[in-house]
Amino acid sequence: MPKDNKGVIRRIHKLLLNKDVSCQELTKRYLEKINESNLNAYINTCEEVALESAAKVDKKISSGDEISLLEGIPMTLKDNISTSGIETTCGSKILKNYKPIYNATVWNDLKKVNSILLGKTNMDEFAMGSSCETSFIGGAKNPHDLGYVAGGSSGGVASAVAGNIAAYGLGSDTGGSVRQPSSFCGVVGLKPTYGAVSRYGLIAYASSLDQIGSIGKTVEDVSIVFDFISHYDDKDSTSHPGIKFDTQGNLKKDLKDLKIGVPNQYYEGIDKDVKENIISALKVYESMGAKIEYFDLPEIKYALPVYYILACAEASSNLARFDGVRYGYKASHYKNINEMICKTRSEGFGKEVKRRILLGNYVLSSGYYDAYYKKAQNLRGLIIKAFDEAFSRFDVLLTPTSPVTAFPENKSYNSPEEIYLADICTVPVNIAGVPAISVPCGFDSNKLPIGMQIIGKKFHESKILNAAHQFEVFTNYSYNKDLDMGVNL
Amino acid sequence: MKYELVVGLETHVELLTKTKIFCSCINGFGAEPNTHCCPICIGHPGTLPKLNKEVINLAVKAGLATNCHINLKSNMDRKNYVYPDLSKAYQISQYNIPICENGYIELSSGKRIRINRIHMEEDAGKLVHKGGDVYIDYNRGGVPLIEIVTEPDISSSGEAREYVEKLQSILRYVEVSDCKMQEGSMRCDINVSVKPVGSCKLGVRTEIKNMNSVTFMTKAIDYEFERQSDILENKGEVVQQTLRYCENSNSTESMREKEDAQDYRYFKDPDLVDIVLSEEDVNKLKKSLPELPDVRIKRYAEDFGVSKSDAELIVKYKNAADFFEKASKGLQSPKTVSNFIIGQIFRVIETESEREKFNILITPNQLNELVKLIEGNKINMNLAKKTFSRMLETGKSAADFISESDMQEISQSELEEICKEAIKSNSKAVNDYLGGKEKALKAILGNVMRQTKGRGNAQMIEEKLVNLLKNS
Repeated sequence: MPKDNKGVIRRIHKLLLNKDVSCQELTKRYLEKINESNLNAYINTCEEVALESAAKVDKKISSGDEISLLEGIPMTLKDNISTSGIETTCGSKILKNYKPIYNATVWNDLKKVNSILLGKTNMDEFAMGSSCETSFIGGAKNPHDLGYVAGGSSGGVASAVAGNIAAYGLGSDTGGSVRQPSSFCGVVGLKPTYGAVSRYGLIAYASSLDQIGSIGKTVEDVSIVFDFISHYDDKDSTSHPGIKFDTQGNLKKDLKDLKIGVPNQYYEGIDKDVKENIISALKVYESMGAKIEYFDLPEIKYALPVYYILACAEASSNLARFDGVRYGYKASHYKNINEMICKTRSEGFGKEVKRRILLGNYVLSSGYYDAYYKKAQNLRGLIIKAFDEAFSRFDVLLTPTSPVTAFPENKSYNSPEEIYLADICTVPVNIAGVPAISVPCGFDSNKLPIGMQIIGKKFHESKILNAAHQFEVFTNYSYNKDLDMGVNL
Repeated sequence: MKYELVVGLETHVELLTKTKIFCSCINGFGAEPNTHCCPICIGHPGTLPKLNKEVINLAVKAGLATNCHINLKSNMDRKNYVYPDLSKAYQISQYNIPICENGYIELSSGKRIRINRIHMEEDAGKLVHKGGDVYIDYNRGGVPLIEIVTEPDISSSGEAREYVEKLQSILRYVEVSDCKMQEGSMRCDINVSVKPVGSCKLGVRTEIKNMNSVTFMTKAIDYEFERQSDILENKGEVVQQTLRYCENSNSTESMREKEDAQDYRYFKDPDLVDIVLSEEDVNKLKKSLPELPDVRIKRYAEDFGVSKSDAELIVKYKNAADFFEKASKGLQSPKTVSNFIIGQIFRVIETESEREKFNILITPNQLNELVKLIEGNKINMNLAKKTFSRMLETGKSAADFISESDMQEISQSELEEICKEAIKSNSKAVNDYLGGKEKALKAILGNVMRQTKGRGNAQMIEEKLVNLLKNS
């Protein structure tokens, strides 16, 4: 067990610099481990691209050139982040064999510093789901117990990071898709402020809620990646101009007098083990000098309906372009163009995606718009205001990430609403556009990880990462694991 | 019963920007299919639109030039519908809050055609049918458009023509669009209904889509007026529907009925931020506008003594008006210049597009020199006109056709001699004239003009002849 609290990225960086292992050897080992793995975390691997970058890094190291922190670190991207020439499926049959002709801004940035892209990771189809099981190749498994799901929708990234088959990864979070699987798999996941990271190249689910976030073993890993990928991007009108983060420099600050708000409504109807662990975490914070105060945030009762109305409305429009005309899956038998589009979509999309498209078209249609979409927009304003007010009193808010720990695989549900309820803790954050992180804070009686969520004010990533890091160092939950990369650490 | 026509127009105009509305692809006409395309304008998954600021500027200019109110805050919406040439399956347009509202264009009669709104949007690609197959060309996808929507204020096909031509003229003046209907950079949808004369209640309307010529537009309106009037006359009901105009048969046919009307499920595009303008931005654009056609017409009439109808004819084409202004410099009578333009230049360049381009061989200065000769009584109008024809054909100056001696002002005594000679040698005409046939004078006049080689002034000669004949 490492004593210096270093994250995975710094440890690998040091190994490479000391020439304890070459980047190519390391990459090969990771690729082998992916092939041996039964986590179903990857949809595709990209050996050639990975090894090519690794060779570049080795050349730089051997010729004595400096390498940056993320250079040569083997990592992964959720399969809805566009990678030029590399298949990007969104976990859907409709995009099987689709190879983008351009790079997402985040991948463009990471590629420039010779990041080692091991492959594209599994996800719920078009990021619609909380278990990763709506993926066209089936769900990613939870490394803590293969009978349980990795969570969703970025289940593949969380599973890969927890299972040591990626040093870190990027996911996307529309209603909790980075935080919830991180919580289920016992890793750290950050959903940045809306507008902090460019969405250019992220295949949209719900544009006003989507945000790319990093998943890593430790808060430091997540912080390093966030600092690197967060900046203004001219290609994304919703990206925030003039931002530059140095969250790493703030990690070690003590938490004396940190004001933590605890919204009562998040603690109703949650699993007993989860509740107990979060309450112990609050005690840890108190012992570190933070001030805890319980308060009411009643507006979050609207969060779920608001989320499902807005997300589905945007999705119905965003997903309308998949018609078989230009790229991706195309039905093979049809009589005319209308039938081609109908059959392509009927055959290409899975059940949950179809459900959300129908729901979205319904809430936008004339005659229903005011009752659903417009009302949801108004309520969104109310929720944003409620968070603004909370942050006028508190530095951060602390809640569970999920009301439950990982569900067993293939669990049957009575209705879709039952699954949607699992998103109750995470969706308010996307609606308000604020940042939040999920950090491991213990295990339930089945030895499955529990995550807590720290929510911050817009663009106050430094504060939540600092709070998360201090907790992590204090409790050692994140470090208390074997990295097992098959190389001598 | 007598019926009256009610027409409203929706005009789509492609903007003269260098690049497309949401990406950096070239905005140009006539390129090889799918060469002005990128992942953004072919709507590849994950791409995002970025609004071209020049589009906002041109839309605001169009609004200012048509007396619109400019909304300082507006936004882009998504209009959702599925068609293969629409790569994202939604068109980014403006729905609830357009950038310009409540303007008007004034017709020469003084009647104002109110403009309800002007909004910005992207064009779609184009389906190309070839040998039984269908291809898609996305070059036009993402080309910036503005749509100018009038109130139902137009009450004849002539007014519709005048409105469209005036709109073209204005948009060309402010360099918002080249408004070439034949190339599709201007297209009109016509809403037509009829009602009994004097009735306040509007009739059921039909919409004729995508007219790409002013002539066909007027024909379509006339046809539709007749068709709807006949239906009402026979106690039938006009069906609300979308129509297509068939040029060959000069008739309209149904594209779809109201029941098939699409629900576009409009909502604010979450990929784009609000469009916010300051008063200062708008004022800057206002200051950048050139003199507009209506102001010019008024100035030509008031300052230059050109009749309003002549001024309208010239001002309609910016290049013609610019030529007129340069050619009129320092002249006593700019009206002579406008007469040359309308009477001679417009006879050589007859089509709208030729007049718009105004590609002629001579310079404004050459016409100016010619008119100075007339004003100095160096040549008469007759010779000037002949000379100008030859100038237009060759691009040469007046001096190349008129010799020094031609330009000597003729003396009264010499003129009187020539007149006397003409009376002597045209006894038949003289007799006819004296016998009451006034027209006979023209023959004698013509004779004198030939003899003076165009140096004499026709009016002066006529007076002299009448005097001589009276005293004979």
